[in-house]
Amino acid sequence: MGERTTATTAPYTVGTAPFRPGDEPVFAKGFTEQPGDLGMPDPIKATADDTMAHAKGLVRVLDDAGNASGEWDPQLDEDSLKLGLEYMLRLRVFDDRMIKMQRTGKLSFYMRSFGEEAVAIAQTMALETQDWLFPSYRQPGAQFVRGRDMVSMICHCIGNTEDNVRGRQMPVHYTWKEGRFISISSPVGTQFSQAVGVAMASAYKGLDEVCITWLGDGTSAQGDYHYGLNFASTFKAPVILNVVNNQWAISTHKNLATGGRTFAERGLAYDIPSFRVDGNDFLALYSVTKWARKRAAAGLGATHIEVYTYRAGAHSSSDDPSAYRPQNEHELWPGGDPIDRLKQHMEKIGIWDSNQHDALIQKIDDEVMTAYKKACEFGDLANGPYPPASTIFTEVYEEVPWHIQEQREELGK
Amino acid sequence: MAKMNMIAALNSALKNQLENDENVVIFGEDVGYFGGVFRVTAGLQEEFGAHRVFDSPLAEGGIAAVAFGMGLNGLRPVVEMQFADYIFPAYDQIVNEIAKLRHRSGGEYSTPVTIRTPAGGGIKGGHHHSQSPEAQFTHTPGIKVVYCSNPYNAKGLLASAIECNDPVIFFEPKRCYRGPFYGDPHNVPTWNNHPMGEVPEEHYTIPLEQANIVQEGSACTVIAWGTMVHVCEEAIKKSGVDCELIDLQTLVPWDRDTVVNSVKKTGRCVIVHEAPKTSGFGAEMSASIQERCFYHLEAPIERVCGWDTPFPHTTEWDYMPSPQRIADAINRTQEE
Repeated sequence: MGERTTATTAPYTVGTAPFRPGDEPVFAKGFTEQPGDLGMPDPIKATADDTMAHAKGLVRVLDDAGNASGEWDPQLDEDSLKLGLEYMLRLRVFDDRMIKMQRTGKLSFYMRSFGEEAVAIAQTMALETQDWLFPSYRQPGAQFVRGRDMVSMICHCIGNTEDNVRGRQMPVHYTWKEGRFISISSPVGTQFSQAVGVAMASAYKGLDEVCITWLGDGTSAQGDYHYGLNFASTFKAPVILNVVNNQWAISTHKNLATGGRTFAERGLAYDIPSFRVDGNDFLALYSVTKWARKRAAAGLGATHIEVYTYRAGAHSSSDDPSAYRPQNEHELWPGGDPIDRLKQHMEKIGIWDSNQHDALIQKIDDEVMTAYKKACEFGDLANGPYPPASTIFTEVYEEVPWHIQEQREELGK
Repeated sequence: MAKMNMIAALNSALKNQLENDENVVIFGEDVGYFGGVFRVTAGLQEEFGAHRVFDSPLAEGGIAAVAFGMGLNGLRPVVEMQFADYIFPAYDQIVNEIAKLRHRSGGEYSTPVTIRTPAGGGIKGGHHHSQSPEAQFTHTPGIKVVYCSNPYNAKGLLASAIECNDPVIFFEPKRCYRGPFYGDPHNVPTWNNHPMGEVPEEHYTIPLEQANIVQEGSACTVIAWGTMVHVCEEAIKKSGVDCELIDLQTLVPWDRDTVVNSVKKTGRCVIVHEAPKTSGFGAEMSASIQERCFYHLEAPIERVCGWDTPFPHTTEWDYMPSPQRIADAINRTQEE
């Protein structure tokens, strides 16, 4: 039988964050990896082994000065760049408005995408409209790309009579079938392996559709992440599997989500081409996603992408990051801000200036306010009206069974 | 004695355990540096070290499995599942592994894991931050099931749970972390002026398997646990009936004698829980009570429960048993 010995060193390793409140965060100034370091393998001929350097490195297109270069430059036209910038700005303004409203009780809870606006927006722009979106809670921006009306999004968040999920879900748990945006679920990571099933069904039906899904660095510890990779690898499903590594899972730094290596490299063990991408670089994200779609659509299976970014805001309106990380950490993140970086690039190539930028923000601000006021006409969480209480009992099953019908009658509403 | 809310009382229980038993380790999502999203473990890592109180990867199944292994090998792990709604990735590890190890190994091995988890509704959490899944575990032989309701019993019951050599799942009604809840979301008091907010700093235990008679009465027995204990207090006032209110505290094994003696005295019984009615623990109790009190019962046993639907977000007050619904049930038991 083992005897207890007094440990003179820590008995096992417990990871921690690089910086805690009171520390001055010291990041390298900019990334060491540069645009052009990594070539673009042929999406049809490439094997997982051909992406080893991409999984360890960092795919970039925009350098720190806003210049685009290298094989990954998607050469987007002016309209697409402007659209991308507008969607990102809209998400930021929308988020700011909603968090203000959350503080007044108009909604119970909110989650911003602050600092991660490029992720879902660039990636969804790289897809076709028939492709399926299976998001986690920080990809609402995809809905802007697919044209969802902001009034409808706000009605969901404030739980009023026009909420398309009838007040059943917490705010930001959007469902939008028209945009093939699948219902967000609070239990994290469940969507990752479900997305493989969605993709297999598309393949079964012989349709030109892929499914894209996202989860966080923290959530990649869940079994669902590993199920997803393994099923995707086994069945060569047309799916794009993203780990959004924003460094933080609530208070838990990514150092506690993994013992080492990049998240991207995990995909190599499943024989899935894997890329680590600068998540604040709109162009790089767009380009890698386009690559993955091309490969999936050709019947060659999944691509695994680590989106390397930083959660600039709190996890949610219930969270206070000043308790576990330096408050200025996000300002020092070497990847900068995704909106600033795309704007800088557009200014550099002469298609944008700060007057246009300010005018666009003003236009969006007005649109968001107008949408917000319109949505509030249908009620809000603080004041009602809510969806009727009868909605508790409907859509539990396709038809209301007798025992639930009895309970509805007992409530009398 | 000190004034504590339920969070402070649970923290105090954990601190006592870490001080008294070097084999106690605490881990889970966000419980280390940050001290938990509800701050139940605040300050413990700083005081006891990162190898005793730590953040784990975000994986409930992994947390339960690692706790199983630690417990098997002589430690006394106390893990937090951030919300009871998120316990299901750990369901296999709890139901098939932790709960069954003693029996399946012929008593050679056991694992004294304590699983703490905030449960229940009333915080506008929608269906994934509001559920009360106790019945999923009362139906699992091999694990004890505890549900505290106030700071005083939270501390005493958690101490017993951790010291228990069997695995225990410990539900904390998050609606009551900072104050009792009487069913009115617009009037939520703190624990400051509540007698159960007076909690000893030092170690004490409340035995598992023991219910608490919150108030004595002669006309009807009302049984509840968690948040519903306080909602029932309000309902009893509303009903005007002289009720005996029992806080069950431990659901498995439950204090059947206390309940049966009460029902034999009053001849009437109302069971209240937030969880859906069908296959809720109220069903088991109702069956057992009628087996033993059949000739004493003056009225059918009533159950007031959550509906057999997912837990809603905006309409949660129409879902959770309200003082009025409970009072109506109490009054029905009084009809001739």
